[in-house]
Amino acid sequence: MNLLIKKARVVDPASGFDGPMDVLVEGGKIAELGQEIPESKVSMGAPKNRENDPAHPGGGVINGTGKVLVPGLIDMHCHLREPGFEYKETIESGSLAGAAGGYTSLACMANTLPVNDNPAVTEYILRQAREKAWTNIFPIGAVTKELKGESLAEIGELKNAGVVALSDDGKPLTNAGLFRRALEYAKGFGLTIISHCEDLNLVGQGVMNEGFVSTTLGLGGIPNAAEEVMVLRDIALAELTGASLHVAHVSTAESVRAIREAKARGVKVTAETAPHYFTLNDEAVWGFDPNTKMNPPLRTAKDVAAVIAGLKDGTLDAIATDHAPQTSIEKDVEFDYAANGIIGLETALPLTLRLVHEGSLTLMTAIEKLTLQPARILGLDKGRLKVGADADLTLIDLAREQTVDVNQFKSKSRNSPFHGWKLKGLAILTIVGGRIVHRVPDLS
Amino acid sequence: MADEQSRVAARPLSDKPTLRLSGKDILGICEMSVPEIELILDTAESFKEVSAREIKKVPTLRGKTVINLFFEASTRTRTSFEIAAKRLSADTINISASSSSAVKGETLIDTGKNLEAMNPDCIVIRHSASGAPHLLARLMRVPVINAGDGAHEHPTQALLDLFTVREKRGRLAGLNVAIVGDILHSRVARSNIHGFTKMGAEVHLAGPQTMMPAEVERLGVRCHTSLREVIPWADVIMMLRIQLERQGGGFFPTLREYSRFFGLNLELLKAAKPEVLIMHPGPMNRGVEISPEVADGPFSVILDQVSNGVAVRMALLYLLVGGEREPDRSSP
Repeated sequence: MNLLIKKARVVDPASGFDGPMDVLVEGGKIAELGQEIPESKVSMGAPKNRENDPAHPGGGVINGTGKVLVPGLIDMHCHLREPGFEYKETIESGSLAGAAGGYTSLACMANTLPVNDNPAVTEYILRQAREKAWTNIFPIGAVTKELKGESLAEIGELKNAGVVALSDDGKPLTNAGLFRRALEYAKGFGLTIISHCEDLNLVGQGVMNEGFVSTTLGLGGIPNAAEEVMVLRDIALAELTGASLHVAHVSTAESVRAIREAKARGVKVTAETAPHYFTLNDEAVWGFDPNTKMNPPLRTAKDVAAVIAGLKDGTLDAIATDHAPQTSIEKDVEFDYAANGIIGLETALPLTLRLVHEGSLTLMTAIEKLTLQPARILGLDKGRLKVGADADLTLIDLAREQTVDVNQFKSKSRNSPFHGWKLKGLAILTIVGGRIVHRVPDLS
Repeated sequence: MADEQSRVAARPLSDKPTLRLSGKDILGICEMSVPEIELILDTAESFKEVSAREIKKVPTLRGKTVINLFFEASTRTRTSFEIAAKRLSADTINISASSSSAVKGETLIDTGKNLEAMNPDCIVIRHSASGAPHLLARLMRVPVINAGDGAHEHPTQALLDLFTVREKRGRLAGLNVAIVGDILHSRVARSNIHGFTKMGAEVHLAGPQTMMPAEVERLGVRCHTSLREVIPWADVIMMLRIQLERQGGGFFPTLREYSRFFGLNLELLKAAKPEVLIMHPGPMNRGVEISPEVADGPFSVILDQVSNGVAVRMALLYLLVGGEREPDRSSP
């Protein structure tokens, strides 16, 4: 099938281009970029125009007038729960949720059951992806066997099997000596380590941010320093080894400052945050809603401002979802006992666009953090619009308003604190390798 | 005198309260208004007389069922609620359950739904997890009373403390209240901070810095790291129980040292105001946070607190459950 998207405003962070352009997709690749590509190019070579064929929606010409066309969004940090927790999410349902949210590539964390710490699991994930996924799937391998933090996983084998990065996400690697070796060893295989920065002794019995709200609610508090001390340790070890370190889900002002300073002196460190860390603060926990419980916890307004400043000045390279599906079994319980995490694939783009609408980020910068930067950090040849590149594309209606309804989500889980929020900006068309995987019904 | 007694007793003995609380539940003092607190204290005052009678029973809640759902060990509070309900002629059921739903194999929500299916009129819950009563209250139609949740609130304790101080001093506004000890883990402290500050008292906290919760000053209190500092100033000194298992948790080195710096004894009390009130929510660790001479001494109102607990809980049950539903006149 080939496809022509006409007259959209194309925003491509790699080239810095922002303007009207036509994009022709052929054979799963971007075949042509240019002004006024004739529609005749679409019918040529196409079996028939399947515009109105429900079985094959979306061939032909799409009018992009008034819409924004960007490289397909890349989520470098999500949990697809397969294998092991298929009742929460599967590669199929998670990727469908991703497609609905404008994502064309998902990098999934290793904390599955069994853990993705060996090639058999990686291959299983990739096979499920080939057969069932709606987006590209890039597995992330474990740093240590079973995420136990005791001995290194077979990193070379994982690399050969297809992992794009390494992470024990969900658990910090408390043994600094082992983390040092992991950085060194992974460097030899060209893999970045994504670090979940959390000092468990400082976390203690904490279940939310430590501050006025935790004090009043009588919930155990997690101080900002629980994140910061590990960020500082990891930066020191990245400096020692010269390896690439990526800091996951940055939530505090102090972490942003530490990463900013490390970058300034040339340490090879990159970092991401997630939409909830620049959208919500710990005031959301009033009322004990377990959908406001995540790790790291929602911080204060001061931290939110610092995270936004970090996105603005480039300290925080990427925006990832940390999509963490949990069902009512894990969430409809006492706050102390509830599992951490919220889902994010279907709300990340509009929440990021809030920063654009309010003037905190330019559209170009926002898109860069959702596309080019994650691709760069993971070493993927994606995230840019150029002839010959994979036709992973997302068409966005910046002005379209929607009310978030978790019951309409494609994800198997419903654990979002954004239910009922009115958000502006929506992915109206998602194309993965030239194939339309999501389109709103009223798109012409 | 007899006239006075019958006058105050008259109101609550009717089937329906004439004044009402704004919400269905009693979850915390934080959400409570001053008029609501006053209503509860005034109502409790009338009920106090019932416990002094030879026949300690009024028919107010006849035919009503109160369930005490206790996920955490409790003698005083559970007994107090049970006696309160029985003196109002309600039927009471006590359930002691394991506090971890994971261990028990049934979720709190399921437990709540099952209890509600048996049509009780009020659930009293104690739970080690902050916010557990809120979870229950959201799904139940009947009133839920928080009998202590984690380190969050223990509203009925604060109400009986307010009642006791008001009874002894005739007022709450303008009094200086010191709360001493493990503020961090104390639901009693939190409820009393809300209660006393709302009623116009000034609250100061004293304890080891490790047991002061973050940003607690924003609740309108002042913090001290020395007990000695607050004693001459205080009209009320409330000593909190130190959980023995906190020793070794890094909060303080030893009980011996804790007692030396934060235990209340006669020597320290010499600096106190002549009419100071000494309170403790119980259970006491004699010789740790409070010396026996102080606990049993002339300034101690610790047993008055316990007596008043029954009256306050009778008042709450009456206000929440009394006349909750119109009697069904249509069926025989």
